[in-house]
Amino acid sequence: MVIEIEKPSSVRLSKVAISKTHGEDSPYFAGWKAYDENPYDEVHNQSGVIQMGLAENQVSFDLLEKYLEEHHEASSWGKGAPGFRENALFQDYHGLKSFRQAMANFMEQIRGGKVKFDPDRIVLTAGATAANELLTFILADPGDALLVPTPYYPGFDRDLRWRTGVKIVPIHCNSSNNFQITPQALEAAYQSAESMDLKVRGILITNPSNPLGSAIQSSILNDILDFAVHKNIHLVSDEIYSGSTFSPSEFVSIAEILRNRNYKDAERVHIVYSLSKDLGLPGFRVGTIYSYNDDVVTTARRMSSFTLISSQTQHLLACMLSNHEFTQNYIKTNRERLNKRYDMIIQGLKKAGIECLKGNAGLFCWMNLSPLLNEPTRQGELELWNIILNQVKLNISPGSSCHCSEPGWFRVCFANMSEQTLRVALQRIHKFMEQRKVCSVNR
Amino acid sequence: MGLLSRKATCNTHGQDSSYFLGWQEYEKNPYNEVNNPNGIIQMGLAENQLCLDLLEPWLMKNPDALGLKRDGISIFKELALFQDYNGFPAFKRALADFMGEIRGNKVSFDPNHVVLTAGATSANETLMFCLADQGDAFLLPTPYYPGFDRDLRWRTGVEIVPIHCTSSNGFKVTLPAIEQAYRQAQKRKLRVKGVLITNPSNPLGTTMARDELDLLINFIEDRQIHLISDEIYSGTVFTSPSFVSVMEVLKDRNLDQTQVWERVHIVYSLSKDLGLPGFRVGAIYSNDPVVVSAATKMSSFGLVSSQTQYLLSAMLLDKKFTKEYMSENHKRLQKQQKDLVSGLEKAGIRCLDSNAGLFCWVDMRHLLKSNTFEAEMELWQKIIYHVKINISPGSSCHCIEPGWFRVCFANMSESTLKLAIQRLKSFVSSIGMKSQSHQELKSLRRKARNNWVFRLSLQSFYDREQDTTTKVSFSYRPHFMSLSNIAATLDAAA
Repeated sequence: MVIEIEKPSSVRLSKVAISKTHGEDSPYFAGWKAYDENPYDEVHNQSGVIQMGLAENQVSFDLLEKYLEEHHEASSWGKGAPGFRENALFQDYHGLKSFRQAMANFMEQIRGGKVKFDPDRIVLTAGATAANELLTFILADPGDALLVPTPYYPGFDRDLRWRTGVKIVPIHCNSSNNFQITPQALEAAYQSAESMDLKVRGILITNPSNPLGSAIQSSILNDILDFAVHKNIHLVSDEIYSGSTFSPSEFVSIAEILRNRNYKDAERVHIVYSLSKDLGLPGFRVGTIYSYNDDVVTTARRMSSFTLISSQTQHLLACMLSNHEFTQNYIKTNRERLNKRYDMIIQGLKKAGIECLKGNAGLFCWMNLSPLLNEPTRQGELELWNIILNQVKLNISPGSSCHCSEPGWFRVCFANMSEQTLRVALQRIHKFMEQRKVCSVNR
Repeated sequence: MGLLSRKATCNTHGQDSSYFLGWQEYEKNPYNEVNNPNGIIQMGLAENQLCLDLLEPWLMKNPDALGLKRDGISIFKELALFQDYNGFPAFKRALADFMGEIRGNKVSFDPNHVVLTAGATSANETLMFCLADQGDAFLLPTPYYPGFDRDLRWRTGVEIVPIHCTSSNGFKVTLPAIEQAYRQAQKRKLRVKGVLITNPSNPLGTTMARDELDLLINFIEDRQIHLISDEIYSGTVFTSPSFVSVMEVLKDRNLDQTQVWERVHIVYSLSKDLGLPGFRVGAIYSNDPVVVSAATKMSSFGLVSSQTQYLLSAMLLDKKFTKEYMSENHKRLQKQQKDLVSGLEKAGIRCLDSNAGLFCWVDMRHLLKSNTFEAEMELWQKIIYHVKINISPGSSCHCIEPGWFRVCFANMSESTLKLAIQRLKSFVSSIGMKSQSHQELKSLRRKARNNWVFRLSLQSFYDREQDTTTKVSFSYRPHFMSLSNIAATLDAAA
């Protein structure tokens, strides 16, 4: 008889520590691994895997670098470092007032000045990852549920559920109406939660959407808010991609919807924002929660103690974002460049015979490869994904990792590489599609 | 309107505690040498402001570190994109080396076992999430840092069960005290997952002796539980005895690579040693790869800004600089502590003998009207509103003996410290306790010498313990209720 000896330490760790809810075993991350092991390089590794699974914005760094070159005081506190001492000691969870002011202004500019943001309602967190988790801790108890439209950012499975113990119940969207959220889908999700004995505490939308790459229409935003009011639940609007809409008129923030209603029902609405996508600064860990609810602001502020932004970084960004000339130019130029990239990839995919969902924002497009599936199932999708990863050598994100209920859709990022690399990627796709045509003709 | 979660509406954030109320009073009327010489002097904030003038010239001499350049070439893009939760490799190496230096290189730290977090606040909470489930408990020696009530319990749902320490032996941890705490936890049907110590101690300002660490290691080995050693003040040890980390004791006992080795975890931060609390740099160090892995993933919720990681990797890699800095840091801390201790002595106030930290544990029991926490609160209010000094009452640190206060000394200039001492002196003479306290001081000194040398026998400890529990059996809520009016007025004014 063999006596199994359990590794003692795992018995003594928490359930949270040993659970898989961090989600890192999903294919979403396996693709990254393949990339890490054989990364494409324009010069040194032209046959490597091209990373198209990372929603980063690398198109506007030159603008940021130029600003820093011309404004040394942002990174060095000026001659003799007079502000250094105060800055190094500053750990107040209210955050630097000048930085909050600059953030409020920046958020207003992104929304074309159509709404105003009060700096005292801004709570700072180390990234939107922290902001979303924090809001979940505040709005829901363990075992409760949040409704999230599919397809959604895979990271939510970890951010909203892992340490909070809160569940996600999907609001199913499909291609029949361009994956828009409908009142029927909202109600169905709510009923589904109820049938599982889950208390629904709120809805979390991402607008513009990740992975769809499109902004939610104002009529739908109104429907969602009405639904939240009717069910007496919260509404969190993750607007992390708000500055990445290709044209300013395309994006309507939930803040505008509220303003149109004279801020009636505002106390259930909370906005998440970050500089990781619009400014391309994920390493600096800058996220915010903007809430119209005083209790949420107070509690979120206290909780932000666990995830404060480095005061050094707050100082740098306060300088940068207070410079109106800089921010105006940046927002405009960034939009134009993203738009150009988007056009480039859409045209390229079209030439290869691939259709995408019509997008108007974000750092990615939502590509339809369902005609290529061996079988219209998740398995078929993963098989195709494997081929694209290992033969075409492109890391793209399969729709199933985003909980899409329709197999065959993929998220393809286009802003984290040079134009040249994007061309190479498109060439590979073209070649792949050509080969498939040849194969099917010969069968 | 949809309700908020239980976590949002409970009081576990601890902000109604006197610890934070004192801060609020200070905020309303802060002392300033020039603009507000009659304001409240902040002695409730454990910050190290004594050596920031040493960091400033280093920054001037190293413009690349600030300007996000390497050898004059911009690496802005690389840093801006760097969000890898494994952390900036150069920074982890530099931090691991720095931690080794602080411990006289008697132990070395593997950078691969370091997890970076946004401050020790985040590190401690993350460790709770990794080691304990909701409803489990950790044992903590009292008095302890008031922030732990929030950091360890709020979002995790973990309970704290106190290991009561008393002045009878200089507040050292004893085996009967630990066992009593363990039994208490069992009575409350709580599963004990570990012990958390702060070494050097906040608020005591003392380093733990080897025998205490041995005791703790034996206990956790016996009960098969974890030990977290928050060593955030390890770089502030300014005089003997020198700092002995729990890692050193494990190594000396040849316990490295055993099971208990994997159940000991260290928390560190640059907020106290380098005086950079704003930069949010904390770390977890664990020998258990499963803990390192889980904590690393969790650090996504509180990563250190890559801009800051880069700056500090350059600074910590400058070993000549850090050596000089730490040496000067110790000198200045020692001087400031000496000034406070001798100044208080002249006012008839005694401090616990300390060799570390940014504060003294001050004995004002002789100034209490009665040996109760109500009297402690009364004294504290007088000190805030009449003496105009913010200090932290022992009850906010869960001390079971009324009359002790934590008084910080490293967050002010020499002259401000002198002024604070002067104010206290006047206060003490005004309540006419001076002569009485001198007598007490003499006899206490005699007792103290004896107590701190001998080891308590079990029986005598139990006797003493009975006394304290009958006198002081209460939960920490009741005496806070007497503050509720103040809290309401302060909240309204905020």
